[in-house]
Amino acid sequence: MATSTLPSTVQSSRERRRRFVTRPLGWVTIGFVIFATLFPFYWMLRTALSNNRAMFSEPLSLLPVEPTLGPFQRVLGLQSTADALAEGGSVGAINFTQYLVNSVIVCTIITVAQVMLSAMAAYAFALLEWRGRDVVFGIFLVALLVPGMFTLLPNFLLVRELGLLNTYLGIALPSMFFSPFVVFFLRQFFLGVNRSFIEAATIDGAGQWRIFSRIVLPIVMPQIITIGILQFIFYWNDYLWPLLVGQTEESTLLTVGLGVFRSQTPQGSPDWAGLMAGSLVAAVPIFILVLVFGRRIVGSIQSSGVK
Amino acid sequence: MATTPLTTVPQATRPARTKRRSGRGQLGTAMLFLAPALLGFLVFFAWPAVRGLYLSFTDYNLLSEPTWVGLENYAAIVDDPVFWNSMGVTLQYVLINIVIQTLVALLLAVLLHRFTRSMLIRGVVMLPYLIANVVVALVWYWLADYNLGLINSGLDAIGLDRVGFFGDEQYAMTTIALVNVWRHLGYTTLLIFAGLQSIPQDVYEAAAVDGAGEWRVFRSITLPLLRPVLAFVLVVTVVGSFQIFDTIAVTTQGGPVDSTNAITYYIYDRAFTRFDFGYASALSVILMFILAVIALVQMRAFRAGQSDLER
Repeated sequence: MATSTLPSTVQSSRERRRRFVTRPLGWVTIGFVIFATLFPFYWMLRTALSNNRAMFSEPLSLLPVEPTLGPFQRVLGLQSTADALAEGGSVGAINFTQYLVNSVIVCTIITVAQVMLSAMAAYAFALLEWRGRDVVFGIFLVALLVPGMFTLLPNFLLVRELGLLNTYLGIALPSMFFSPFVVFFLRQFFLGVNRSFIEAATIDGAGQWRIFSRIVLPIVMPQIITIGILQFIFYWNDYLWPLLVGQTEESTLLTVGLGVFRSQTPQGSPDWAGLMAGSLVAAVPIFILVLVFGRRIVGSIQSSGVK
Repeated sequence: MATTPLTTVPQATRPARTKRRSGRGQLGTAMLFLAPALLGFLVFFAWPAVRGLYLSFTDYNLLSEPTWVGLENYAAIVDDPVFWNSMGVTLQYVLINIVIQTLVALLLAVLLHRFTRSMLIRGVVMLPYLIANVVVALVWYWLADYNLGLINSGLDAIGLDRVGFFGDEQYAMTTIALVNVWRHLGYTTLLIFAGLQSIPQDVYEAAAVDGAGEWRVFRSITLPLLRPVLAFVLVVTVVGSFQIFDTIAVTTQGGPVDSTNAITYYIYDRAFTRFDFGYASALSVILMFILAVIALVQMRAFRAGQSDLER
């Protein structure tokens, strides 16, 4: 490029001018993205704290219209029918308290079982020596590449034949035993465990189970917790599978309940205030997890991209 | 992460397989550790995969036993205008979604990399990705509502026409694609950001000494060195993008007039509102085939396994 022959003084002043332009421009862009990211969340809160009936006359108000906790009480089943009607809300049998409980139980079962059993598998793939290991691991990885849609219909039939439709177990079962992603993720970390610890334990006569549970697991515990949080969030947000398998009040998860709530239109349009309150009920646990574990989550998502 | 004294670089301290216990190694122990995962793999993955393939050759409505019909489902799909329409709108969705998302994420990642190391900003940017599709869809469905939503009220207030973002067949799929750009932007940005961090600083210093301009550095250094990461990002996001379902299911439900009837939604519709499981299974097989081809083509096109740094 021609610039390389320019005297250095010209170059540096040009450089300085460029800095002067790009830096503020860059920060304006970053600021805009942050605003665009956070504003919809604020709008959820503003709507969820508004009176659904009064809100329609002031669609542009940046603050809650006739502020009320009614929408939250409504979706949590704490508001009387008369009050709900007065606020222009939905009076259908929607009980997010129940859905919240369902979601917490199902996602906890899946996460705990899946991460533990996947860790055992990852241990066998990373730290045990046996013939055919790499072949079996390769077959496991195939599962990582197959789209969920392909096994969805047959799995629905299977759960139906097992008589587990509309049960916690029916929703959880297909995901409980392993996740190819978790096995793959944890195997990487097991491979990095310093083998002198394992050799020392072997000499002391420790069995493989003892080595796994007392030595290797504690070393990789931070990674186990991180992947556990990520998987919990994933199943918390999942929609299609619980939509197929959990349709009774006792087995409806939050996302599915939101879908049902959205399709009810008491006054020709959905109960927007209630809908946003319900959405926040579904989102707040994730906000809390992000607040507490944000650094870990960011780090682990970043590391999934570069080998 | 790997700098704790308890862990080492994988192969570094590995003993040269000195004391292998017997001819069979630790096969027995390994099988015990693997048993649960293997059971899950066989029952909830391998068996359903085989069964799904089998069902695609049958006529099955859940009430009676499946009957073998050979290639009839596939033949019917070829002549099914709804299928071709759904492939079309899915492609439209993927194209809009991926192109905008990747370009904006690339820009944002470069900006973040240049100006800030703040974990807080990265956390905020990633937040939408951690929130359920359903919640994200509902928020935007509300913001873009025709009568009462903020966006249309705003357009109205400044004297512009209201837009049927979700209700107009011309705009519905674009709207859904943009909603999902919003949700996935942070995730994509983070992956690219990590790629940027892995580019050694001395390459940039060399470029600065040579007096290369900002754009030139980006085009000749950043972009080529980012290729393996971009390949990974594109394979993951394209394959994910093709399976768009949640957003459609809670907003337009395939409408208006099939303009958002993407392939996974069509599969769901055939299976669970028309109980045509054979046909839906055949559609799933086709979808999987398409995704496999796309992933392979992308990996090859980007030479994803190789980095320009090592040469």
